Amino acid sequence: MSVLVYTESEQGKFKKAALEAVSYAKGIADMMGSQVTALSINGGDASDLGTYGASKLLQVEDGSLDKFQADTYASVIAQAAKAEGADVVVITSTANSKFLAPALAIELKAGYIPNAVALPQSAAPFQVKSSVFTNKAFALSEISTPVKLVGLSKNAYGLHEAATTCNPESFSPELAGSSVEVVSVDKSTDKVTIADAEVVVSGGRGLKGPENWGLIEDLAETLGAATACSKPVSDMGWRPHSEHVGQTGKPVASTLYIAVGISGAIQHLAGINSSKVKVVINNDPEAPFFKAADYGIVGDAFEVVPALTEKLKEFKAQNA
Amino acid sequence: MKILVCISHVPDTTSRINFTDADTQFDTNGVQFVINPNDEFGLTRAMWFKEKQGASVHVVNVGGAETEPTLRKALAIGADEAIRVNMNPTDGFSVAKQLAAVVSEGGYDLVIAGRESIDYNGGMVAGMLAKLCGANFVNTCISLEIDGQNATAIREIDGGKETLSTSLPLVIGGQKGLVEESDLRIPNMRGIMQARSKPLHVKEPVEATAETQVKQFEKPAPKGAVKLVDDVQSLIDLLHNEAKVI
Ligand SMILES: Cc1cc2nc3c(=O)[nH]c(=O)nc-3n(C[C@H](O)[C@H](O)[C@H](O)COP(=O)(O)OP(=O)(O)OC[C@H]3O[C@@H](n4cnc5c(N)ncnc54)[C@H](O)[C@@H]3O)c2cc1C
Repeated sequence: MSVLVYTESEQGKFKKAALEAVSYAKGIADMMGSQVTALSINGGDASDLGTYGASKLLQVEDGSLDKFQADTYASVIAQAAKAEGADVVVITSTANSKFLAPALAIELKAGYIPNAVALPQSAAPFQVKSSVFTNKAFALSEISTPVKLVGLSKNAYGLHEAATTCNPESFSPELAGSSVEVVSVDKSTDKVTIADAEVVVSGGRGLKGPENWGLIEDLAETLGAATACSKPVSDMGWRPHSEHVGQTGKPVASTLYIAVGISGAIQHLAGINSSKVKVVINNDPEAPFFKAADYGIVGDAFEVVPALTEKLKEFKAQNA
Repeated sequence: MKILVCISHVPDTTSRINFTDADTQFDTNGVQFVINPNDEFGLTRAMWFKEKQGASVHVVNVGGAETEPTLRKALAIGADEAIRVNMNPTDGFSVAKQLAAVVSEGGYDLVIAGRESIDYNGGMVAGMLAKLCGANFVNTCISLEIDGQNATAIREIDGGKETLSTSLPLVIGGQKGLVEESDLRIPNMRGIMQARSKPLHVKEPVEATAETQVKQFEKPAPKGAVKLVDDVQSLIDLLHNEAKVI
């Protein structure tokens, strides 16, 4: 009996979301009196996983798995779960994990709860709280199958150190080719992506036009942040759709979200509810976003943002 | 080409979310239901295939009789036939099983579902359905071209996009991007009149047990009031000392 956690990596380094999933898996294993086995596919250094509580690592190394393929990856995870006799399988909520999750659930005959926000309320019956209605509510759900699949929401549990010796073992699953072939990947690797960013600076229609985006970019650069936008901004082609945040766009789960010239429509808020600290800069004191924000400045973006960027640069220089 | 579009019947995005029966049931009182936004993009793409390449388009929903207006709306937009599987959906898995039965009976080449429905946000139905039917699957699909038996799809990934090549039968989890929002169709009078006489088949569910069950709903704790400041230095101080995020 064990808890299996699939740990995603990029360029030989485990993603922060994967380490958070290991922490979460350790929390579940402690509840059940069992241990955490991590699974990596062309992944990184086992000791990174030990820091957060994995006591065993199944390492899959195979060049044919360099490109993500949902069906093949699901089959690899399912084979590892079966080999370990795992009762619980933990994955993250990245685009790739959400792609492979349904196939994995069917292969393992496992009930699946995505978007989990906390440790199970109880291990038997297995009940987990997850976010529903685009973050406007939570549901406590029970999984009734012997094997349980849980997808952890990003930043919902955090990193908890639980230093463990992590023993790596190589694992060689049977690999069938994928029926969906990756032709090309178009990824701006030099920039922080919205999905991984700790800080996101986002602009709305209040910025008046794409020529003013330098304001947002300067502030983002100063903070090491990703840039984002509201839907009309991407609809008008000021910014790419990949930056559009909200119900019909991307979800953001950053520690800091700064919204500039965004009204805070309910569909926009749906995408940022799981960000920890929200700052709003808007010239309309009645903008609905102020109700959802932690901190705010009522003022003109064209004055406030450059001033904020300057002061932040000074702050960074002093605190470097 | 035979296309099936899965239509989820969901509360309109601006709906207030409340619960009844000691927080165990969603309160539908005063809630307007619509076609799930992700499915609407898919339905419009299906209409494009029908008009440009020739295809028959069926729509399906797993739900009670109250979802029929949503299916009629899809017919008014241009779908040829609708199917309602007469079951109250309780979890993604049991819905996927019902849809798989519809797919195997109807022999569809392409199934378009949404990447997730905006009520339970499970994002699992499309992928489970594909697996159950042995069809190929592409999630978060933002572009789809079909040429004979071959399909080229673009999907959104974290921080970019990926182009994929696969073949029919195919299931996609679609979203905005499949068509532009300006291409979405509002049913016109003629469409609404025609929809009334188009077939809407009611099918009894196949045997399928739910694997998960919601025991209780909960709303997030009310948020404290925003702290407004007049100058950027105070904001930086608060973010550093109080929120500890910089
Ligand atoms: C089905 C559906 C799905 C949707 N999905 C999304 C989604 O995923 N994401 C999303 O963002 N929206 C979504 N929307 C649209 C949403 O309802 C709003 O229309 C949108 O979020 C508004 O964007 P905005 O705040 O940038 O623009 P506006 O509503 O135009 O607001 C601009 C704000 O900027 C302020 N402002 C103007 N000038 C300045 C200045 N000089 N300095 C400071 N502030 C200034 C104004 O006071 C105003 O509050 C959806 C809508 C529907 C119907």
